[in-house]
Amino acid sequence: MILNSYILKRLLILIPVLIGMTIIVFSIIHAIPGDPAETILGQKATEQSKEALREQLGLNKPWLQQYFTYLGDLLKGDLGKSIKTKEPIIKEILPYLAATLELTFASMLFATFVGINAGIISAWKQNSWFDYIVMITALVGVSMPIFWLGLMEQWMFSIKLHWLPSIGRMDQRDPVEAVTNLYVIDAMIAGRWDQLWTVMKHLVLPSVALGTIPMAVIARMTRSSMLEVMKSDYVRTAKAKGLSQFFVVYKHALKNASIPVLTVIGLQTGSLLGGAVLTETIFAWPGVGRYIFEAISARDYPVIQSGILIIAILFIIINLIVDLLYALIDPRIQYK
Amino acid sequence: MAEITVNPNAAVPATEEVPGPWRDAWRAFRKNKTAVVGLCIILLFIVIALIAPLVAPFDYKEQQLMDRLKAPSSTHWFGTDDLGRDIFTRVLHGARISLWVGFFSVVGSIAAGTALGIIAGYFGKWADMIISRLFDILLAFPSILLAIAIVAILGPSLQNALYSIAIVNLPTYGRLVRAKVLSLKNEEYITSAKAIGMKNMRILFSHILPNSLTPIIVQGTLGFATAIIEAAALGFLGLGAQPPEPEWGKMLSDSRQFIQKAPWTVVFPGVSIMLTVLGFNLLGDGLRDVLDPRMKN
Repeated sequence: MILNSYILKRLLILIPVLIGMTIIVFSIIHAIPGDPAETILGQKATEQSKEALREQLGLNKPWLQQYFTYLGDLLKGDLGKSIKTKEPIIKEILPYLAATLELTFASMLFATFVGINAGIISAWKQNSWFDYIVMITALVGVSMPIFWLGLMEQWMFSIKLHWLPSIGRMDQRDPVEAVTNLYVIDAMIAGRWDQLWTVMKHLVLPSVALGTIPMAVIARMTRSSMLEVMKSDYVRTAKAKGLSQFFVVYKHALKNASIPVLTVIGLQTGSLLGGAVLTETIFAWPGVGRYIFEAISARDYPVIQSGILIIAILFIIINLIVDLLYALIDPRIQYK
Repeated sequence: MAEITVNPNAAVPATEEVPGPWRDAWRAFRKNKTAVVGLCIILLFIVIALIAPLVAPFDYKEQQLMDRLKAPSSTHWFGTDDLGRDIFTRVLHGARISLWVGFFSVVGSIAAGTALGIIAGYFGKWADMIISRLFDILLAFPSILLAIAIVAILGPSLQNALYSIAIVNLPTYGRLVRAKVLSLKNEEYITSAKAIGMKNMRILFSHILPNSLTPIIVQGTLGFATAIIEAAALGFLGLGAQPPEPEWGKMLSDSRQFIQKAPWTVVFPGVSIMLTVLGFNLLGDGLRDVLDPRMKN
């Protein structure tokens, strides 16, 4: 019961946040200094074409009416049309969204697997050379500008060593039929194991670049959380019973050290969405971030608005799931 | 025991260390090696920023087209870029830009965030309701994305990048101060200050604000790192500093197409961003350990 009312309360708080978000996103086009139509089309545009654009975007109507039209369209799932391609944005954005999700998921997988294990071993072998290397890597990792890390990866592993492809999602000469637009899954559906391998290789550099900061944060949190747990009585008892070190660390200690680690994993998943904009730009990854970036260069404001809105909604959903998961995972947390 | 004879008229010798929270903090800080390393890195970059125009061997705008993409040498320590500009000079000048953006955006967000946080926390009710929802909304966007949105509205420039970074990070300080004010509001000394008829403003400035200082200092130091990286990211996306400004992020994006032929054009600006950010992160972590003992492991 308490949990249900907590969920309800958490959802109710979202309503003003979502409304505020739509106001901010809606205002993007209206806050452009001067005439938005001229900014979008350029100074050489004829008055006729500017007027047509104003008509299309509804800029001639009163502000409030425009906002409610926008909100109404949103609720119907209509994100408007791209100025550049004239296509409905909702149709256009789906493949980009899938690409972003695939990249974010791969990054999180990398960050979690490497981060947790590095943190555990670091705590287990405290003050060893391994511990020092992990801690220094983690310190440098959180301070890493991911766009620079991405460039350095491309230089090292693509240009110098020719190990991995530097841009794109797969071998375009022999594409797999897009079903879900998550290429790893599409390649499996099509039974194209050769393409699956290339798709995975394309994922490596961008997901390492994007996953480095979360990896560093997770490693630090796992280490400090494990160190605390390892000192506790029940761990000593488990050791005294003669259980193997591995069993004690991975079975007994990890379970109790996992709550703060899950917290940072949740927080970091959300922040990956912001980083995706930069990573996608560097690796020519056709995700929402790149979609927004290209729209900014083309002054395609409806696309900028929708892209930002989609990412922000995704961000909210992830944060909500994370919050709700705590309620399920940790019985010690009381929600009032 | 015999020493405890207090002479109230005896002056405290000027050289003797007066015990106090700040002095204790300084002593603990000196022992924290990583924090000291962080401080040294920051001081180094501050010095570089201050003396850049005096020591830089070239003009950061000066193009020597005969010397395009030259590898690091005794004349050009960090090599030259695609327009034959000296990268060492540009990296030195870049420190000025990054620290400038970092400083003013952090000060801006702290000032605005603190003001809003105090109003929300101290006056509560509808003021708290509105301000807290505003913070929620701003935090509902990934920060770099919100910064991009704001720059998309204002137009790309270093100045606008600074504003957008200040706005994006404002709720972090706001929430911090609000929480601190809420916890202080019911302390006995605040109640007694009210009881003796102290005005709200005076209570705020002489009691609540000084007591909120520590978390702001810690968060501000870490926020400096965030601001620098965000400014560089906006510059990298072409939404921050515009040419020929030697901003580190912009230098990276301008040179990335030459990475195969001239990797030094990309290496040095990137290392500079990383080092400055690392410096502020180390210092921030250290300050937290020292100033906020509850956060200690």
